[in-house]
Amino acid sequence: MIEKFSKSKIIYHYLHDLSAIIGSLLLVLSILSAIFAPMLVPQNPYDLEKVSLEHFLTPPAWMEGGSAQFPLGTDDQGRCVLSTIIYGFRTSLIVGFGVVIVAGIFGVIIGLFAGYYGGILDAVSMRLADIFFSFSTTLIAILMLGLFKQRGVLIVIVAICIADWVKYARTMRGSVLEVKEEAYIIAAKATGANDLRILSKHLFPNAIPPIFVILAVDLAVAIMLEATLSFLGVGVPLTEPSLGMMIAIGKNYIYAGMWWLVLFPAAALFLLVIGINLFADWLREELNPRIER
Amino acid sequence: MTTYIIKRLIQGVIVLLAVSFICFLIFRSSGDPAISMAGQYATFQEIEEVRKVFGLDKPFYIQYARFITNAIKGNFGNSFVNKVPVLPLILERLPATVELAVSAIFIAFVLGVGLGVLVSLKPYALRNRFIMAGSLVNISMPTFLTGILLIMLFGVYLNILPPFGRGETVIVGFWRTGFLTLSGVTHLILPAFTLGMYQLAVLLRLTRAGMREVLTEDYIKTAWSKGLSPMKVIFKHALRNALIPVVTMTGLQFGELIAFSFVTELIFQWPGSGNLLLTSIYEQDQPVIVTYIMLAALIILSINILVDILYAILNPKIRYD
Repeated sequence: MIEKFSKSKIIYHYLHDLSAIIGSLLLVLSILSAIFAPMLVPQNPYDLEKVSLEHFLTPPAWMEGGSAQFPLGTDDQGRCVLSTIIYGFRTSLIVGFGVVIVAGIFGVIIGLFAGYYGGILDAVSMRLADIFFSFSTTLIAILMLGLFKQRGVLIVIVAICIADWVKYARTMRGSVLEVKEEAYIIAAKATGANDLRILSKHLFPNAIPPIFVILAVDLAVAIMLEATLSFLGVGVPLTEPSLGMMIAIGKNYIYAGMWWLVLFPAAALFLLVIGINLFADWLREELNPRIER
Repeated sequence: MTTYIIKRLIQGVIVLLAVSFICFLIFRSSGDPAISMAGQYATFQEIEEVRKVFGLDKPFYIQYARFITNAIKGNFGNSFVNKVPVLPLILERLPATVELAVSAIFIAFVLGVGLGVLVSLKPYALRNRFIMAGSLVNISMPTFLTGILLIMLFGVYLNILPPFGRGETVIVGFWRTGFLTLSGVTHLILPAFTLGMYQLAVLLRLTRAGMREVLTEDYIKTAWSKGLSPMKVIFKHALRNALIPVVTMTGLQFGELIAFSFVTELIFQWPGSGNLLLTSIYEQDQPVIVTYIMLAALIILSINILVDILYAILNPKIRYD
C-alpha cells in the first residue's frame, strides 16, 4: 500500500517540482512554529510581566545597540519582534484555516444543492453571489467589522466568510453542472438510487477536485486579508498578535530609519503567503486534466 | 441583442435595489439615526422632533420607499460628522480617485500585456522564468505591504519620489487634476504602481495563458508557414484573439480599482473618496458609508454591463437567449 502510494504519479511529480517542495516546506514550518510558539520564543510578547518598556526600540542583535536577548530587535512597547512574529503566525493561520473551513463547507453545500436541484435555490443563491462578488471581500469585511463593536479573531473570521463563501459556491456549482450530465449519474438514477445517495456517493466525490485549488489559493488570500484588516485597525484587537498590526506600528517609524519593525514581519507574512501560493500553483497544474505532464 | 441589453439593464436595477435594501438594513440596525442626527447632547424632546421631521416614526417600508425616492433625486442626507450633504462631499473627492485608478490600470495593462506576450513566446527561457517568479511574488504581497515597501525604497532611502499627498493640482472646469503639473505626476507614480501591481500580475498571467493556447492553433501555424513576419503573426493573428478575455478583465477591474482604492489611498494619504470612506468607518458616519456603497455599486454595475455588451458585440460566437 505504502509502496504503491510512493510510486504514484502525484508523489513523483511532487518530488520533481522544486517550487512545490519549497512551498509546502514553508507552510509546514510556519504551522509548526505556530503550534510550538510558547516553547520556541525567547519572550512571550503578551505576558506583561516579561515585557519591559526599558528595552523599547532595540535594534536587531547584530547592529550597534542590539542585544542577544532580542535577535530581531524590539518594538515601541519593548516586545521582542521575533517572538511577536511567531505568535503572529498563530493568528494568521487560525484566521486562514478558519475562513477556509467555514466558507468552504458553507459554499460547497450551497453550490452542490444549487447545481443539482437548480430552480429557485439556484437563482437566489447565484444572484446573491453576484452581489457579493461585485463587492470585494475586503470592503464587505471592513463594513462588517465597522458594524460589530467588538474585536476578535472569531469576528474577523466571520466578517471574511460573509463574502468569501461565494468562490466555493460558484466553483462547486459549475463543477456539479458538468458532472451531473455524466453517464454514471444517469445510470445511478436509472438503478433507482435516491437523491441522498447520488449526491453523496456519486456527485460529491467527482465534483470536489476543483475546490482543492480554490482552498489553497483562498488560504493565502484569507491570510493576506487578515493582515490588511489588522493593518487598517479593524482586525484583531491590540491585545492579540498580528503581522498586519506589527507592520502598521512599524510604519510610524520608517522615517526614523527603524526598518526592522516593518521588514521582519513583512518578510514573515510574505514567506508564508508565497509558500502557500507555490503549493497552490503545483496543485492547480496537477489537477488540471488539460495539461499532461 | 436589444432584448439582451434590456435584460442586463433590468438585472442591474434589481441588483442596485438589493444593495440599497442591504444598506438600508445596515443603516437602521446600527443605532438610532434620530440620536445621531440630533447630536450627542440633544434632549428627549429634540430627538423626538428630529424623528418626526425625518419620518423616522413611520413604518419600515415607508421609510425604505422614502430612502429610495430621495436616493434617485441624488439626496442622500447629511453627514453625521461634517453636517454637509453627503453626495457632493464624495463627488468632490472622486477625481483624485479616478485619476489614480486610470493611471493604475494603464500601467497594469501596458506592462501586463507586454510582459505576458514576451513570456508566452519562450516560456522556459531564464528571463521569462524570472518574470513569472516576479508575478508570483506580486500576487503574494498584499497591497498595503507593496505600498509601504515602495515608500521605504523610493520615498525614504533613495528619496527620489514623494511618499504621500497629491502634489500641486490644477482645476479644469469642475475637475481638479494632478496630471498637468510635474509635482502632480511625480506624486502619482508610487500610488499608481501600488494600486496597479496586483492587476498587473493578473493581466500578465491571463495574457500568457491566452497566448499559449492561441499559439498552438492551426491558423497560427498557417500564418507562420505563409512566411509572415513574426511581428505580424504575434500581434495581428495571435494577440488579437488572445486579448478578448484580457480586455474583459481590464474593464471589470477598472470599476473595482475606483471603488476599492481605499487601502492605497490610506497609505499614501491620497485625498480621494476611498480615504473618506475609511475615515467615515472609523467615525461611524453612516450616511457617507451608505452613499459610498451605493455609488460604488452603480459604477461597478455600469462597467460590468458595458463590458458584457461590448463582449457580445466583439464576439459573435456567443449566443444569448
